[in-house]
Amino acid sequence: MGAGLARFARNRMALFGAAILLGLLLLVLATPALFPGDPFRLAGPALQPPGGRFLLGTDTLGRDVAAQIAYGARTSLLIGVGATLGAILFGVIVGGLAGYYRGAVEIVLMRVTEFFQTIPAFVLAILIVAILSPSVTSEIIAIAAVSWPGIARLVRGEFAALGGREFILACTGLGASDARIIFRHMLPNCTAPIIAVGSLLIGTAILIEAGLAFLGLGDPNVMSWGLIISAGRAVLRSAWWICTFPGIAILLTVLAINLVGDGLNEALNPRLRER
Amino acid sequence: MRLARYLGHRILLAIPVVLGIVVLNFFLIHLAPGDAASVLAGESGAASPEYLEQLRQKFGLDQPLGTQFLVYLTNMLHLNLGYSFRNDSPVTDLILDRLWPTGLLMLTAFGAALVAGTLLGLIAATRRNSWRDSVISLVSLVAYATPGFWLGLMMIVVFAIHLGWLPTSGFDTVGADTEGWDQVWDVARHLVMPAIALSLFYLAVYARVMRASVLEQVGMDYVTTARAKGQTEIRIMTGHVLRNALLPVVTMAGVQAGNLIGGSIVVETVFGWPGIGTLAFNALQSRDLNLLLGIFFVSACLVVLVNLAVDLLYTALDPRMEL
Repeated sequence: MGAGLARFARNRMALFGAAILLGLLLLVLATPALFPGDPFRLAGPALQPPGGRFLLGTDTLGRDVAAQIAYGARTSLLIGVGATLGAILFGVIVGGLAGYYRGAVEIVLMRVTEFFQTIPAFVLAILIVAILSPSVTSEIIAIAAVSWPGIARLVRGEFAALGGREFILACTGLGASDARIIFRHMLPNCTAPIIAVGSLLIGTAILIEAGLAFLGLGDPNVMSWGLIISAGRAVLRSAWWICTFPGIAILLTVLAINLVGDGLNEALNPRLRER
Repeated sequence: MRLARYLGHRILLAIPVVLGIVVLNFFLIHLAPGDAASVLAGESGAASPEYLEQLRQKFGLDQPLGTQFLVYLTNMLHLNLGYSFRNDSPVTDLILDRLWPTGLLMLTAFGAALVAGTLLGLIAATRRNSWRDSVISLVSLVAYATPGFWLGLMMIVVFAIHLGWLPTSGFDTVGADTEGWDQVWDVARHLVMPAIALSLFYLAVYARVMRASVLEQVGMDYVTTARAKGQTEIRIMTGHVLRNALLPVVTMAGVQAGNLIGGSIVVETVFGWPGIGTLAFNALQSRDLNLLLGIFFVSACLVVLVNLAVDLLYTALDPRMEL
């Protein structure tokens, strides 16, 4: 892991991405101080262009777009990270069981995984949120529900490869329980690739969240980037800035996450490194 | 004959997938809070008690879960996807009516992404570490992170509102009543922006895959052999490398088919393109869950068909694949 981080630190693009993410994190932490009060609160005259008192302008109701974006960052990151953790948890369980027990269990679980990789993920996410009714929690559930198959396949592969290694055979020979072998020996040996692949999932999750919120499936009481764009769409002709800036925020965030994720993949994923 | 047997085998494998989609749909209906009949009726409150009772009987909702599933399965396999109250029309008819615009948009976007993506990937790989490679890599990184719906909105601002080059929305000019080539030209002008907004993400994916794939192929022994035989670089590329390098791109295209449908929902919404995506958006607005379930079922079945086609294409491209 240490050698991997050193490799990561030599990757300039990845460091650039990490710097953007650090800036975003600082923005999220400083938001209550920079923009005190509710982002849904009316701050000034409606449809003010960028510049002057409102750096990024105001929306149709006179709400500060900059404040909305700052609060939206928190939502995007929360949902992106939350959904990814959910996907990792579920993917590790499915992939781990398949890779450890092999045989019929593996065949059944992997067919189910492939099934979820085939069906239209975004349409399924829309359905889940629509059925559970829009909220941050249902968005996290829906995005996690369509994001886990990649992790499951990765973990299955890792577990299957580890299963034949001598130290695992030694554990089995010494009478260690399945749970002990899985949690103490196998799982720690594949954290690095899980982190690498998982980091890329955060970017995808943020894109899905933006799409859901744009379609009106975001939590109406929680500010998010997709929600701002969705609301600004009606006045696109006269007030371009309402849609433009949150989109740039999404683009920069996802770009930064992908750069960091690519860097982590190159540094930590043994399969890629061997190439 | 072997092809027929192979095709039969693949279709057999597709059956559990379609069954899985039905199971998932059935599960989703029961996931909803409240009565399953009110989910199938769409907008709650709009349906009369008589209609709800009729639904319960038709879908066997008063029966045990096992029986319910069998009734539901039979209905689905007969493409009997229920009735949309809001649209006053059977769900199947609604979806079939919208299939052509969505198909046109998706095929155009997919074709453009595939051609441009492989071309860019090829250029990047053959000019490795040149400025062309850097520009292409940068563009695909940015395109990979751009939400399609936002790109669409930005294109509307620039090309429709400010420059006035292209129409903002719709399938054709309302009331223009064009015919023949004029009509084709009219639809094409409306198609340009949605197709670009939808395709850019996939263009980035294919360019990245193609670049990596070509770089892997040019290191192979057969390329050295071809070069030793004195073949020109162009001949090596077109005659040998291209066909092999395309295989991962084709695989990726199959994997992305499902995502393309999801992407078209948001893009169609932005451009008011009268396809399945706009239908889904309207269904969301009126909480017409049954129509949404129908759209999910049909689009998932379409993906299964696309994957079948990709399998066949794969065997055509790679003779090593055993039929």
